[in-house]
Amino acid sequence: MDLQIALLLGQDGIVNGAIYALLALALVLVFAVTRVIFIPQGEFVAYGALTLAAFQAGKTPGTLWLLLGAGALVALIDTVMALRAGSMGRLKRIALWDLALPAAIAGLVLWLEPGRLPLWAQVTLALAIVIPLGPLIYRLAYQPLAEASVLVLLIVSVAVHLTLVGLGLLFFGAEGSRTTPFSEAQFNLGMLTVNGQTLWVLGASVVLIVGLYLFFGRTLYGKALRATAINRVGARLMGISTTMAGKLSFTLAAGIGALSGILIAPITTVYYDTGFLVGLKGFVAAIIAGLVSYPLAAAGAILVGLLEAFSSFWASAFKEVIVFTLIIPVLVWRSLTSHHVEEEE
Amino acid sequence: MTTPILQVNELCVSYGKVEALHHINLKVEAGKIVTVIGPNGAGKTTLLSAIMGLLPSKGEIAFQGEVQRDIEVEHLVAMGMTLVPEKRELFGEMSVEDNLLLGAFMRYRAGDRDQGKTMDQVFGTFPRLRERRAQLAGTLSGGERQMLAVGRALMAKPKLLMLDEPSLGLAPLIVREIFHIIAELKQTGVAILLVEQNARAALQIADYGYVLETGSIALEGESRALADDPRVVETYLGLGGKKQ
Ligand SMILES: Nc1ncnc2c1ncn2[C@@H]1O[C@H](COP(=O)(O)OP(=O)(O)OP(=O)(O)O)[C@@H](O)[C@H]1O
Ligand SMILES: [Mg+2]
Repeated sequence: MDLQIALLLGQDGIVNGAIYALLALALVLVFAVTRVIFIPQGEFVAYGALTLAAFQAGKTPGTLWLLLGAGALVALIDTVMALRAGSMGRLKRIALWDLALPAAIAGLVLWLEPGRLPLWAQVTLALAIVIPLGPLIYRLAYQPLAEASVLVLLIVSVAVHLTLVGLGLLFFGAEGSRTTPFSEAQFNLGMLTVNGQTLWVLGASVVLIVGLYLFFGRTLYGKALRATAINRVGARLMGISTTMAGKLSFTLAAGIGALSGILIAPITTVYYDTGFLVGLKGFVAAIIAGLVSYPLAAAGAILVGLLEAFSSFWASAFKEVIVFTLIIPVLVWRSLTSHHVEEEE
Repeated sequence: MTTPILQVNELCVSYGKVEALHHINLKVEAGKIVTVIGPNGAGKTTLLSAIMGLLPSKGEIAFQGEVQRDIEVEHLVAMGMTLVPEKRELFGEMSVEDNLLLGAFMRYRAGDRDQGKTMDQVFGTFPRLRERRAQLAGTLSGGERQMLAVGRALMAKPKLLMLDEPSLGLAPLIVREIFHIIAELKQTGVAILLVEQNARAALQIADYGYVLETGSIALEGESRALADDPRVVETYLGLGGKKQ
């Protein structure tokens, strides 16, 4: 291998690593706040990419119907619960968030014919469809189990993952799609050619990571999420409800997932089940960080990306094996160095 | 007579099959300090947790004259109830200042933006917190942690402040300081429900008192009368209490 190939592989690795870093951050966030190991993270990647691809193919994405259906289901359940508890005040919020918002998004999509819109508008609409699915899925699958053990929540995650993959196949079919690049530009830096999409991925990742950093460090809602992660009872006593924190973290995770998918869709062909493998690599990075440290998760993600790129050159048949085997020494190292933390009741 | 801030009727709380509180009736009038004293395991913490909605309960809880059907912590916080729990439940990996800001989370959500002013008032009450505002809560001393827990609760501008053993684990000098501050808080108009084992100190600052024993109210009365009651003197103000 010469230097040029090494640079090329390094570039590939860092681009993928940036995506894994975003997903790893989302996984760490969701776990810290809700103790949910968010396996369906990958489906948001696929849904984001394929929803955009559907727009570009002039089709109406099936995720739109999922949004309407999930919203209606949540509205039904919450209305029944509100009536039973006798608190009419909740009905307005239910109508607004679970019915009016999805309906407005659907109306906009059907009216605008996104295929003819500029790319940024298509991206915005795709995000508008996929992101609200995050809190809706939290409401349906996880909120009733907020007090359950990590293991029960993990089993639910597997079920949600399988359901979403199945729906993905139904909505988008078995063929993969690619979307048009954000930019066709090419830059020559010495012996290295960098294309515009690479810069988009890196730029967007950095912006997103800085944005998250500011959100958690500077805003009261960000601090409220951290507070829930640190001390759930303490947070509730401040009026920060577990449900609100859960919905907010799922919204962020859905947004990060969908945007990641949209960023990689011009580089890789995305299939309905691609998300799982991408998400799993983010998961390896998150595990390297012990599911708690954000900077370690990001560093781990870059490592995973590089390892994947270089192993695809030397032993491409084994590249997934090599990446996932990485988790074993990491786990051994972690179990040797960290003290065991009892799971909270 | 004005409506009491808090009125608890026939409250029962169970842990599994074991009933820990039996038919509790209790009342906190506006602007008063009411204390609940009792030995370890009497159910004092259980009582406050149930009132705050942290534990399911049977019976009736009326806050500001309104019977609460939907007893949810977040809802009660929004209405003006706050609890400083026995375990403090601070956000250890966050700064003193962030802990205080989060105390006003519900008011922020409702649109209030005067957190800076409220924080200044809290710093006025606890000057030591101002010195330590950038320090992580987990690294504070026991007394400072208790001050932060009370300060954080005050950030919500509560109508009813419930304190679970604020003197727990503190040196006598700091205990005196804390009780002094609680007595001063009364001047701001907030009603206080104070749970204590330090009966002497609690009865000194309270207007009214309840004695809780094995899950039932054994005695109640004006705190001066309670402090003179022979049964209270013998059990709670005897040798154990005299150490103060
Ligand atoms: N989570 C729980 N599960 C089962 N029993 C409990 C639980 N918490 C408390 N109890 C029991 O309920 C009773 C009352 O406990 P509680 O903590 O309310 O007492 P307390 O008056 O606050 O005591 P202390 O002064 O020691 O704080 C005790 O017998 C205790 O063992
Ligand atoms: Mg107690």
